[in-house]
Amino acid sequence: MQRHFDDELEDLRKDILKMAVLAQEAIFKSTEALKARDKIIAKELIDADDKIDELELLIDEKCIDLIARYQPMAKDLRLLTTGMKLNAELERIADLAVDIAQRVLELADKPLLKPLIDIPKLSTIAQDMVRDCIDAFVKKDIALAKKVVLSDSEADKLRNLVQDELINDYMIKDTKTVSRAVPLLLIARHLERICDHATNIAEDVVYMVEGKVVKHHLEELT
Amino acid sequence: MDKIITRNLNLWYGDFQALKDVNACFPEQKITAIIGPSGCGKSTLLRVFNRMNDLIEGVRITGAVEAFGMNIIEPQVDLVTLRKKIGMVFQRPNPFPLSIYENIVFGPRVHHFRERDSLDEVVENSLKAVLLWDELKDKLKKLALGLSLEQKQRLCIARLIAVKPDILLMDEPCSALDPQATGRIEELMRELKNNYTIIIVTHNMQQAARVSDDTGFMLLGELVEFARTDDIFTRPKDKRTEDYITGRYG
Repeated sequence: MQRHFDDELEDLRKDILKMAVLAQEAIFKSTEALKARDKIIAKELIDADDKIDELELLIDEKCIDLIARYQPMAKDLRLLTTGMKLNAELERIADLAVDIAQRVLELADKPLLKPLIDIPKLSTIAQDMVRDCIDAFVKKDIALAKKVVLSDSEADKLRNLVQDELINDYMIKDTKTVSRAVPLLLIARHLERICDHATNIAEDVVYMVEGKVVKHHLEELT
Repeated sequence: MDKIITRNLNLWYGDFQALKDVNACFPEQKITAIIGPSGCGKSTLLRVFNRMNDLIEGVRITGAVEAFGMNIIEPQVDLVTLRKKIGMVFQRPNPFPLSIYENIVFGPRVHHFRERDSLDEVVENSLKAVLLWDELKDKLKKLALGLSLEQKQRLCIARLIAVKPDILLMDEPCSALDPQATGRIEELMRELKNNYTIIIVTHNMQQAARVSDDTGFMLLGELVEFARTDDIFTRPKDKRTEDYITGRYG
């Protein structure tokens, strides 16, 4: 039996998807800005963050409104609570993309420290994880959600690799590289944090679909 | 510890089977809610516990209901004693057409409680237990039928408490009450569970979610799912339960 509530839930899903698309675009643009050392793209990304913040507030309000009006239970309740969490995670992802853009502005006028290889790889992992966790949310795909959670360790390893290289091969050997190495180190950190947020989303999707809490309990995924 | 356990409980009204292999444990000093659509058997199940179904012609029961160390559906069970230990309140409050005082002492008199002093004490303690003493202590001779619906329902609960039951059965006790009165009766239930085991039948799912510790979902005579209330309402195991509580049933 179709209910008016189902239509409202569908509208909410669409809003969350809109939020996800904006967050994904922000990550993509931030990496393009870095690779091209393009201050214009970086500034556009920073300016666009207000729209994402507004959408976050709207989605939160819708979720609270639906909880108050319909007193949902079971999977509907889990969808709404997960929706609110996803909303916050996506807004943080977009903020991290803005942080990357800020680093680009710091680096754009300085000579390139080294060819960018691992950071774009890390960005690809981050974009894939964000895409997959949102796909998992839309399709209620537990297998895909689990894949996202398990791929977070790859992102951590790559971040550590970048960090070690920048510290040991550049900053320690030549302190004049610090002003260029630190922003790159921070960019790697921001991308790794994006992967963490994607992991959180995937864990919340498992709860939404199965009612099972896997957050902080990786062993529950196997 | 479980206060009532049903084992393979079946009940027929003539040829119609109203309860089908119901197996459930109702924990002591907890509130258990039974929910389900109209006609699912929830009130029938409740009436098994104090043998009210005996009053209906053509009823047949098989299985067992264990309480107080015996099977309470066996023919030799003393129904007066059983109904003292297992009291019931109904959807429509039903005080006797007597004074408030006489309503409460009626049961103790039937069970041969002696001494006027102790009857006065029973009235005071029973009305205090339902938070009516301060309101009614100076009006005990007043006719109970003149009370508000909420007061009448509290009085009916006090009437049960007067004979020191173990279990309180409540068949949609708030259906006739407004939301504020319902809220106050629910608060009373939370207080009462410190001393009594309560089983409530309700068609109000939000009420079941608010007040109960455990919930059983019934459908077409079958106990489909029985679990902690927070599990039933956040992650039910059976799709039929989920369809019902999310309003997709029917």
